[in-house]
Amino acid sequence: MLNAVDKKLLEEIADLHGVPQGAYNIRKNGEGISRNTTANIDIVTKKDKPGIDIIIKPGTRGESVHIPVILSKEGLNDVVYNTFEVGENSDVVIVAGCGIHNPGSEKAQHDGIHEFFVRRGARMKYVEKHYGEGNGTGERILNPKTIIEVEENGVVELEMVQIKGVDRTVRDTKVILRENARLIVTERLLTYRSQTADSIITVEMVGEDSSAQIISRSVAQDDSEQVFHLNLRGYKKCRGHIQCDSIIMDNAKVASIPEISAFHSDAQLIHEAAIGKIANDQLVKLMTLGLTEKEAEDTVLKGFLG
Amino acid sequence: MLRMNGVCVTAVDDSGSKEILNNVTMTLENNKIYVMTGPNGGGKSSIAKVIMGIFQPSGGQIFLDDTDITHMSITERAKLGIGYAFQAPARFKGIRVRDLLKLAAGGAKIDQCQLLYDVGLCAQDYLDREINSTFSGGELKRIEIASILARNLKVAVFDEPEAGIDLWSFQRLTETFEALHRKYDTTIVIISHQERILRLADEVILISDGTVARRTSHEEFLGEISMIDKDCLCKENCIKGGVTNAECSR
Repeated sequence: MLNAVDKKLLEEIADLHGVPQGAYNIRKNGEGISRNTTANIDIVTKKDKPGIDIIIKPGTRGESVHIPVILSKEGLNDVVYNTFEVGENSDVVIVAGCGIHNPGSEKAQHDGIHEFFVRRGARMKYVEKHYGEGNGTGERILNPKTIIEVEENGVVELEMVQIKGVDRTVRDTKVILRENARLIVTERLLTYRSQTADSIITVEMVGEDSSAQIISRSVAQDDSEQVFHLNLRGYKKCRGHIQCDSIIMDNAKVASIPEISAFHSDAQLIHEAAIGKIANDQLVKLMTLGLTEKEAEDTVLKGFLG
Repeated sequence: MLRMNGVCVTAVDDSGSKEILNNVTMTLENNKIYVMTGPNGGGKSSIAKVIMGIFQPSGGQIFLDDTDITHMSITERAKLGIGYAFQAPARFKGIRVRDLLKLAAGGAKIDQCQLLYDVGLCAQDYLDREINSTFSGGELKRIEIASILARNLKVAVFDEPEAGIDLWSFQRLTETFEALHRKYDTTIVIISHQERILRLADEVILISDGTVARRTSHEEFLGEISMIDKDCLCKENCIKGGVTNAECSR
């Protein structure tokens, strides 16, 4: 059953106010606690390892699946393998995300390995939010690994957000794009205190006329550290654009390591990266509208992380 | 009413200190349009910034009505009703036009569509756009002006508002200033070199060498400029020195 802490975590990671509509699977402290399927979306427990298979029938449109994970105990190392089959010509939204409430001194960790097969002509929006809280001194660790194959004419939109409270994360995302497949990635990441975050995104554009756009924005505060490895590889006529912006504050460290590789003369790949403080002209403009310096800073950061 | 008494601003860098404003003394009345003009580097934008609190004076005093605002912060001055439209407006990743206008209005109810219309922009095309590098200089400038119009100000300072605005929209801009003048009791200060803006002025203030060189009506000022154009090859020097018709012709 969901207690008050669980409900708060669900609200933070999946904007859920209670049990979601449509298909869902809620995992708590390493176990599935609640599930619902629909005529078009089936959820089946894996037999060989922890995790679920989510099977979306071809042609399913306008439906959503929520698969949040919540951890509210210290000392847990929850590893889960989820596989998504997104049927041809379907159009769905999948909301994942993990929230950790660590009340103790031992670490709480969740490693989610998600594999997606987005079939021909399908469209999938995948929203993944990570959040940590709790008064304990134990670390809150989230390591998502996401592997996506997008077939011909498929469209995938990834929204990956680390809201706050995650002490360590290694986010590893790999996407393969077939002919005319399209990928849009929006990554938002905030770290503070002594948190660390590594984000590795590799996109292989193996299909002709495939395209990828990756927009990564992050804020590093206090003594936190962030490393971004954004890697686009074009094997056919394709277009790819990476835009990686970081705001650095206090004693934080940020590294942005781009890699764009073309294996075809019609591959067009662009990488843009910027790291810097909040621009003074932005703060001054907002202060001339009556905001204090702190309010102006918060407004800039809130807008930047959208 | 805004009063500046002997205001000085000193800039300090590695090469030493330099006085960029020198004994600026002037009174700006409510419900009047003042156009500040003069040579580049003469101190116009510095005066605007010292009014807004972006530059702190090294000497002198500034009063808004009877309140001494000399040592007040930017935020405090903004809350008292002073606003400044920047010559080079800031761009923001993640902040949309509607967000900026809402922030500008504070809690007040405003018609964002009307504000954008007033500065020559179609709200449908702009309200939900981020104020980022996709905007042209002219678009950015109009949004900057709209952010000032969104506030019911006692003193509104516009720093070269016409820069980047196309000729077709210029008329709208001058009408907007006239409407602001009619509607509110605002002291409007516009920094400009454009004749059509100068013609809006109740008073033209010539700023040169970091101080007020002279104050005059726009008719008189434009008349002199016309004579200087005709008779003097060194127009800028004449303006800079506040030279009169007679002296210039000599």
